[in-house]
Amino acid sequence: MAARDIHGPAPPWGDEFQVIGKPHRKIDGLAKATGHAIYADDIQLAGMLHAKTLRSPHAHALIRSIDTSQAEALPGVHAAITGKDMPVRYGVIPWTPDENALAVDKVRFIGDEVAAVAAIDEDTANAALELIEVDYEPLHAYLDPVEALERSDPLIHDTKKQTNVSKHVHLDFGEVDAGLEAADVVVEDDYSFHGSTHAPIEPHCAVAQFGADGLLTLWSSTQITHYVHRALSSVLEYPAQKIRVVQPCLGGAFGGKSDPFSLEFCVAKLAMKTGRPVKMLWTREEVFYAHRGRHPMRLHYKTGARRDGRITAIDARILIDGGSYSSFGLVTTYYAGQLLTGPYDFPAYRFDSTRVFTNKPPCGPKRGHGSVQPRFAFEVQLDEVAEKIGMDPIEIRRKNFQGSNTETVNGQRVTSNGFDQCLDKVETASDWKTRRGKLPYGQGLGVAGSMYISGTNYPVYPNKMPQAGIQLKVDRSGLVTVFTGGNDIGQGSNSVVAYLVAEELGLAVEHVRVVAADTDLCPVDLGAYSSRVTFMVGNAAIDAARKLRAQVVEAVAAAWEVAPQRVRLIGGHAIDLEDADRGIELREAFHLAEEKFDTLGSTGSYNTPTLGGDYRGGTIGASPAYSFTAHVVEAHVDTETGRITARKVWCAHDCGRALNPMLVAGQIEGSVYMGIAEALLEEHDVNRFGLHAGPSLLDYRMPLSIDTPEIEAFVVESIDPEGPYGAKEAGEGPLHSSIPALANAIHDAVGIRLRELPFTPGKVLRALREKQAPAGTESRAAERV
Amino acid sequence: MRVFRLNVNGDDLEVAAPAHWTLLEVLRYELGLIGSKQGCDKGDCGACTVLLDGSPVLSCLRLAATAEGHAVVTIEGLMPMHKARGGDGADVVQDAFDRCGALQCGFCQPGMMLSARALLNENPKPTRGEIHDALAGNLCRCTGYTQIVQAVELCVAEAAGVEPAQPAWSADANGKKV
Repeated sequence: MAARDIHGPAPPWGDEFQVIGKPHRKIDGLAKATGHAIYADDIQLAGMLHAKTLRSPHAHALIRSIDTSQAEALPGVHAAITGKDMPVRYGVIPWTPDENALAVDKVRFIGDEVAAVAAIDEDTANAALELIEVDYEPLHAYLDPVEALERSDPLIHDTKKQTNVSKHVHLDFGEVDAGLEAADVVVEDDYSFHGSTHAPIEPHCAVAQFGADGLLTLWSSTQITHYVHRALSSVLEYPAQKIRVVQPCLGGAFGGKSDPFSLEFCVAKLAMKTGRPVKMLWTREEVFYAHRGRHPMRLHYKTGARRDGRITAIDARILIDGGSYSSFGLVTTYYAGQLLTGPYDFPAYRFDSTRVFTNKPPCGPKRGHGSVQPRFAFEVQLDEVAEKIGMDPIEIRRKNFQGSNTETVNGQRVTSNGFDQCLDKVETASDWKTRRGKLPYGQGLGVAGSMYISGTNYPVYPNKMPQAGIQLKVDRSGLVTVFTGGNDIGQGSNSVVAYLVAEELGLAVEHVRVVAADTDLCPVDLGAYSSRVTFMVGNAAIDAARKLRAQVVEAVAAAWEVAPQRVRLIGGHAIDLEDADRGIELREAFHLAEEKFDTLGSTGSYNTPTLGGDYRGGTIGASPAYSFTAHVVEAHVDTETGRITARKVWCAHDCGRALNPMLVAGQIEGSVYMGIAEALLEEHDVNRFGLHAGPSLLDYRMPLSIDTPEIEAFVVESIDPEGPYGAKEAGEGPLHSSIPALANAIHDAVGIRLRELPFTPGKVLRALREKQAPAGTESRAAERV
Repeated sequence: MRVFRLNVNGDDLEVAAPAHWTLLEVLRYELGLIGSKQGCDKGDCGACTVLLDGSPVLSCLRLAATAEGHAVVTIEGLMPMHKARGGDGADVVQDAFDRCGALQCGFCQPGMMLSARALLNENPKPTRGEIHDALAGNLCRCTGYTQIVQAVELCVAEAAGVEPAQPAWSADANGKKV
């Protein structure tokens, strides 16, 4: 079946490429460079109204009543809506639909959406919000996840088990207790990862238009067009065939636009109610409260190893602060444990992962969803194991390398794996052997490794249809148009699709146009999350192009009366491999094919093979391919002020084949930047009232260019057997190990182990003081050797 | 409402808008110059950067009225100005950003490129430190700034007729059979 075809990494004509592997421009680069690209807030429609949202001032409260009559009476106001207008619940994971577009009977965090108005301009809409009267009955607010775990009155959600637990997962693989018993060294400690948020520079924005024919069109800054389409239909109780969702150019997402959001439902409802186009653009403060960012986690890890460095067992206990709604939380809770089982091989592993609700902005998937926090804890712990047995930190990672074509302890299939080469790269580039442990006091080098998924093997709603689909259309000018439901969120996925189709058909990249993320025009794709796009959409693009290529080759071969094997599409031409004088332009080859086969077009699709361990939850974390990363960070610690500087970061990432190494490098560099930023500067936190500690880009301390380390990116190509021409993901994996590598560099620099993020000057100074204190008073770690 | 008399990208324009509107609002929502972006509306991100008499300013913090009597250049102005000088295609800064992969989501880049343009107008041979300083008013969330700095250095190198420095990844890419 074509949808499940696996084409293998090599093209049918051999292993040389015309387009792939070269640093091509992006297909939308110049449109973005000249200001011509259209983002959601750039859409202005005649007669368009502007909408604003009234948000809860309470972290947890019942809503006794809402009165919008005064707001509606304000001149210039066209409509006001509340939760009663859209009572159907939704959630990006269909098992946990616990959100309302606007609160129905209670609010669960400061900033929860309560009502929305549409008016002739934003000022009028804001004035109208002031006139809405809401009678709240405040409830006890949970701001501490431990309290939320232990106390169930009041409940944040009316859960089946009547607790504030959002999800609990306990999985056990191999003989963990025996493994720890047999270990020569056991390190056990607590780690803490704070919350951080995506902060794309483009705030969320949505525009809706409702036609007299009943067609509802929504343009939204989303990375999951298809799921938004489904959610709109369900919440508006309106047929999906009458809804069109379009993602315009997107100004960054990083996971922060991968839930359906209140504003999408509100502008749609308001447009339906008023018959006028409606736009809502969130303020930066609203984006901070909408959040869906990295979950704060409290992690307890225990790792045993033999004297030769081999890990014998890992035991993990994780408490996840989920914030007020489920979002992707079910998956987060699994990922926190499931994605630790590479690039190292170990025989026993247990994790107990619990996500609790609290009355804070909801957490969700941020770049490296669910697995960045555990990776931090484990890689710091592994460094400590190496220290205790007197082994070089890179050596211990090599020693435990799982290799390629293997199975992890939790039953996941690993195929290509270039982690060992990643270690080699960063070791050489950082001059590790001569510098690590030998730099002056205050300066140090640290290493860490990691693994991430290239897509997940099940869609969020169970179905057997393809996870990615592509359609091709051929114009008689020689232009090929690709229709993809995939979401280009800046990572360049539309460009990747163009490169692949150009390669297969022998076209110049500029002769491939891409139409994307429009539910009316494009086949279904599940969206940009879990690093699935290059792998899945790429495979579907090759599938479609290869079918079209076969038709074109066959038509040309028939016209020339030669065997199809002699016809090659390359460099804008169809050529005869055995007759150098014979060749026609591809345009003419397309004409021959259209004469022979009628109107040209093809479809392609991709679905994962059956994957995953044979246990409940065994498919979560199962991926058709895994990417691997190694980081070395050079850190400088100012022992007077406690300030840490990441001077330089070397990052090597195994992305399978680099379809465009320049774009891969961009993903690596962006990931490193984001990881170091959240380790040193950024914190998404709320105060004792549930108010955000600093909902602005200034207070959130997003790094400028002068705050960003020098980054050297290396691309390792393990050529995956199932990826498109052997490609795997590059957008999320290279974030993970940057943070523990920094922590380990700090240890090399000044001998302190920082186990609580972010690494603020206060924590550094405290750790330095504790280290200088007399022996015996410093040990808070329960370690035994 | 009031009438603003603005000079934008070389054109003298009259436009009516609420008196309290910022230059960014007038550019985007009255003149349709949507290339200038709003990322925070409070002067933190720099996505709204335009050139005022050649210097980068934050158009979200500036009342439109205060731009009267000054020459405003937005991102849309760069290519036409480049063509008017006899150039081909986009401005060299825009082109270099594209060639270096510096345009991921692209949302911050109009402001970033105008800051880079202002720097190069003033100082055609900036050091890396001077480039970082000149771009320090513009936040980018995608790139880690690396390819942005490479793009500016590419402009500098090509203007001087010297080979630009190659990033580490390109050694691997070039050594590979393609």
